Amino acid sequence: MKTLVWVEHDGQAVKDATLSAVTAASQLGEVHLLIAGQGVDGVAAEAAKIAGVGKVHVADDVAFAHALAENVAPLIVELMATHDAFVAPSTTHGKNIAPRVAALLDVMQISDILSVESEDTFTRPIYAGNAIATVQSSDAKKVITVRGTAFAKAATEGGSGEIEAVASTGDKGLSTFAGSEIAKNERPELTSAKIIVSGGRALASSEQFHATIDPLADKLGAGVGASRAAVDAGYAPNDYQVGQTGKIVAPEVYVAIGISGAIQHLAGMKDSKVIVAINKDEDAPIFQVADIGLVGDLFKIVPELTEKL
Amino acid sequence: MKVLVPVKRVLDYNVKPRVKADGTGVDLANVKMSMNPFDEIAVEEAIRLKDKGVTEIVVVSIGEQKSQETLRTALAMGADRAILVVSETKVEPLGVAKILAKIVEEEKPDMVILGKQAIDDDNNQTGQMLAGLLNWGQGTFASKVEIADGSVNVTREVDGGAETDTLKLPAIITTDLRLNEPRYASLPNIMKAKSKPMAQKTPADFGVDVTPRLTTLKVVEPAKRSAGIKVADVDALVGKLKEMGVAK
Ligand SMILES: Cc1cc2nc3c(=O)[nH]c(=O)nc-3n(C[C@@H](O)[C@H](O)[C@H](O)COP(=O)(O)OP(=O)(O)OC[C@H]3O[C@@H](n4cnc5c(N)ncnc54)[C@H](O)[C@@H]3O)c2cc1C
Ligand SMILES: Cc1cc2nc3c(=O)[nH]c(=O)nc-3n(C[C@H](O)[C@H](O)[C@H](O)COP(=O)(O)OP(=O)(O)OC[C@H]3O[C@@H](n4cnc5c(N)ncnc54)[C@H](O)[C@@H]3O)c2cc1C
Repeated sequence: MKTLVWVEHDGQAVKDATLSAVTAASQLGEVHLLIAGQGVDGVAAEAAKIAGVGKVHVADDVAFAHALAENVAPLIVELMATHDAFVAPSTTHGKNIAPRVAALLDVMQISDILSVESEDTFTRPIYAGNAIATVQSSDAKKVITVRGTAFAKAATEGGSGEIEAVASTGDKGLSTFAGSEIAKNERPELTSAKIIVSGGRALASSEQFHATIDPLADKLGAGVGASRAAVDAGYAPNDYQVGQTGKIVAPEVYVAIGISGAIQHLAGMKDSKVIVAINKDEDAPIFQVADIGLVGDLFKIVPELTEKL
Repeated sequence: MKVLVPVKRVLDYNVKPRVKADGTGVDLANVKMSMNPFDEIAVEEAIRLKDKGVTEIVVVSIGEQKSQETLRTALAMGADRAILVVSETKVEPLGVAKILAKIVEEEKPDMVILGKQAIDDDNNQTGQMLAGLLNWGQGTFASKVEIADGSVNVTREVDGGAETDTLKLPAIITTDLRLNEPRYASLPNIMKAKSKPMAQKTPADFGVDVTPRLTTLKVVEPAKRSAGIKVADVDALVGKLKEMGVAK
């Protein structure tokens, strides 16, 4: 099977999520990459070194600068004439683009796969990960998005992909990028952090959230996450949200502080290797999944913990 | 300006899903079903846009007869009329998108607002597929929607922050959690909704083949995590973390 992987990048470097998608794709067969963007020679050179990649298709055009699905999907559809499967990471951009490609190819997409069982059979989570479905596709071509935490990252060295320019399919005139506010974050990115410290509604204000959670995260070199309740209340920015509708994470250690453990939150973190929970309610559902639990007032425990580490 | 809002009947988000013992799916017998939470947000957004040029809201559901309840809820919130496309068998997002594309041809809305994902199958596909089929712009995972002259500005929740795109109308929007807080329908409005029009169709009326492309071979429960230990105090916690090599 010839597989085309959409490479997510920021114009400078390949994003980690792409590497998991490459691993999934390599289980289907030959891996080709697509890099669409503006001024992406550097990214293409980097991507060509990913272990196991064959062709690296590069489409350089201002129309692709912001990965607008309206412009990128038709480009992918053209390339799919010579590929059997399309694979994208389950990032917000990947999720935005892939279904549009699927509809244009008249294919039913397989979202967020956890494993490749065979060329046409995959497992994927449904009901916020409370059930795992094995699904078989009868479509001639496959369109797949890949859950990053379920696949190892492909090595970034050792490959010698062959770079090939492809003609732009142009700007479709349906949408324009008007701006973005991407938070500058010095901490490890949630989806690749080894340790995550997450705060919930119990933190009660933005000031207390940062005053309590940040020092502990700094001590541990951890990424910072939050429950939806904490995000909705404005204690933490949107992209901190862990859960069914936020980020799916699987760090070595996940520390849940003042988080009750609603199924929608568990959906985003229950594959963490070790879960530590701090909550004043000894019956909080989070303790049902925690490896180590400490019952008590977080405002006492967390500063003490930070100090003693 | 007319807005179409597709709504899906799903297992209520407070109910813990149970996998059937025979591995064919999740048990939906005798459990509470509700409108997909993202679709409530979609209906709410359409209603709020009524001050800003929206004149008619049509809600659509594709599903079993019981989806009438879901449509009535949307009507009670403030939608004007409903279309139920009855299918007692599974219709995948691709099939749903094809039916919606036909309804768009007939109804000619200026916008279709969908949920970003349904919390049962978690596919996150239908809106993007519909946009592809119609060759419209798509503002997915919206946290803010502003109608301008012939276009709509959509602020979207993306990894790392927010992005704003300007879409030419007509366009597709899919809702994220923080777009708005949906209202509860009041009792008088629930009564009024009973007399609002609801049309019934079938996929065949639209000439759409909804034969599934995916076969579910089996559905299992994920590996269970078992509860671990509780430690007595911070010192014990620090000890455990050191044991694991997390702390030095
Ligand atoms: C009787 C019946 C039995 C089913 N059995 C199964 C089964 O056994 N296994 C299984 O995996 N799935 C089953 N389904 C679900 C199947 O219909 C599709 O998977 C589903 O409709 C679309 O997937 P999604 O909701 O995850 O799409 P998403 O792309 O996540 O949905 C996004 C948005 O699209 C809109 N939308 C989606 N579906 C509809 C709809 N039907 N009507 C109106 N708007 C909609 C909503 O606005 C929604 O928020 C069944 C459905 C029915 C009606
Ligand atoms: C469609 C949908 C999607 C959703 N998606 C997500 C998602 O992606 N992610 C997500 O997280 N949620 C999601 N939710 C929301 C989810 O259902 C919960 O509401 C949310 O996770 C609760 O957040 P919380 O645990 O911080 O707050 P709460 O449930 O209010 O829990 C606060 C906890 O803090 C404890 N506490 C209070 N004070 C102290 C103290 N001083 N010291 C120690 N402990 C204390 C309490 O005992 C309690 O257990 C979603 C909901 C819906 C409907």
